[in-house]
Amino acid sequence: MSYTIEGRTGPWEVVIGLEVHAQVTSKAKLFSGAATEFGAAPNSQVSFVDAGFPGMLPVINEECVAQAVRTGLGLKAEIHLWSRFDRKNYFYADLPQGYQISQFAHPIVGTGTVEITLADGSTKQIGITRLHLEQDAGKSLHDQHPSKSFIDLNRSGVALMEIVSEPDMRSPEEAGAYLTKLRQILRYLGTCDGNMDEGSMRADVNVSVRKAGEGFRTRCEVKNVNSIRFVMQAVEAEARRQIEVWEEGGTVDQETRLFDTGRGVTRSMRSKEDAHDYRYFPDPDLPPLVLEADWVESLKASLPELPDERRARYVAMGLSPYDAHVLTLERETAAFFEAVARGRDAKTVANWVTGDFFAALNRTGLGVEESPVSAAGLGELLDLIADKTINGKIAKDVLAIMFETGERPGAIVDARGLRQVVDTGAIEAAIDQVMAANAGKVAEYRSGKDKLFGFFVGQVMKAMQGKGNPALVNEVLKQKLG
Amino acid sequence: MSLDIPTVRRIAALARIRLEEGELAQAQAELNGILGWIEQLQAVNTEGVEPMAGGGAVALRPRPDAVTDGGIADQILANAPDRQGEYFGVPKVVE
Repeated sequence: MSYTIEGRTGPWEVVIGLEVHAQVTSKAKLFSGAATEFGAAPNSQVSFVDAGFPGMLPVINEECVAQAVRTGLGLKAEIHLWSRFDRKNYFYADLPQGYQISQFAHPIVGTGTVEITLADGSTKQIGITRLHLEQDAGKSLHDQHPSKSFIDLNRSGVALMEIVSEPDMRSPEEAGAYLTKLRQILRYLGTCDGNMDEGSMRADVNVSVRKAGEGFRTRCEVKNVNSIRFVMQAVEAEARRQIEVWEEGGTVDQETRLFDTGRGVTRSMRSKEDAHDYRYFPDPDLPPLVLEADWVESLKASLPELPDERRARYVAMGLSPYDAHVLTLERETAAFFEAVARGRDAKTVANWVTGDFFAALNRTGLGVEESPVSAAGLGELLDLIADKTINGKIAKDVLAIMFETGERPGAIVDARGLRQVVDTGAIEAAIDQVMAANAGKVAEYRSGKDKLFGFFVGQVMKAMQGKGNPALVNEVLKQKLG
Repeated sequence: MSLDIPTVRRIAALARIRLEEGELAQAQAELNGILGWIEQLQAVNTEGVEPMAGGGAVALRPRPDAVTDGGIADQILANAPDRQGEYFGVPKVVE
């Protein structure tokens, strides 16, 4: 079922394209040697180049270029061996140069594609139009003084990748899935940390609506949306606004809007109406950016395994597509799973990682990389089940203790006497005791009430503090009751 | 090609250069003079010549990804007309 919004005049389709600004992971800025680290003291990571002082010349950071190329390769896009920087001219207090160095006419990366997976398990290809390198602007603080804004230029000049999609998305879900997937690819590649809270990834959302079978109608751009959830909300809010305009007999004007997260509506940014004449021209400070094909090939050869490939490999290892999807969402999770699965049954490991391990992490609110239970620790626990030292039920308790105390599973099992009882004598004794205490139920069972078998298993396990070997308990119980 | 007065006014606004009404005609004459000179250049036959962005180096020379600059907030802020602690103060700009 394709997604539509019901208006008074019938259903409307929604058309969405995204421009994502992703901060390049690098030590220094795109054109200067100042640091990029988040959270430094104001204006402490600023060089004269970043502050737009006269006579300063930009010199490009080769790692930023490499990161853009890696990202392009990860998006299965064409890499342009010849690209160029332009000046995008506008005035704003946080843009000291009076222009942003960007790539307008000749971006470094051309068309590519991203495959998204939707909740119903279906997949869809989203086209990438281009990726280009550009400088970030400084940061304005508006809440520090009643009549002034404060400017911090630490971010000024940091390298950004602007990744532009085709208008291929048709629902908030698809827009959310695209952004999630893009973030996942960037994080796997290590080219952007994808940290939306710190502004490392921000999206401009282009939205239009239309009736089935029509061409595109006028779109509006919702600027600077900083979470996946807000992107999905902004799409729906903006689409509903446009539908109302069309249904009232009006026309949608192409304009830039802001999403008000508190009220859940978009509003016009009228003050920038005049700012769209950017008068781009080639930056005379910067000759063209020319890449060697061999260098691009060497970057390609050193790319890490990407999420789609890794997911396919996990399915080939015997995992369900769902488990493979969940385990590959974050690179750290996949690495943890692989460390545990080395030399062990992949399916069993996947069940434990996605089941009890994730549940315990969620309870503690920790990420995989901060887990008190290491991959080696979990692996040791699974070995104790495999060699029948403990049963699966006790293993869950041991895992909980591991999370609490950080102890190794072997030590926990020994110290607390949790070894599985495989001595049939002990099991028989426990069964005899339970049968004696429940003579009435034994009679009921023998007269045909088979369902009571589970009750007996439970009682026996309880009598044995959960340490009975379940297979043996079942077997002996059947003999004795039968 | 020649610019009319409204276009001159718009260019001045985009460049944040304040021109009084009385100054527009002079700016128009100067800009049109420059455009006329560029038109002369366009008479040159450039058939088969690749467009170029400059005449010096043929390609960018990169630098390594190392932190070599920054940590000079006082110098960065030295010329600020309205320094506010470690920040530049500017008239409030709110959307």
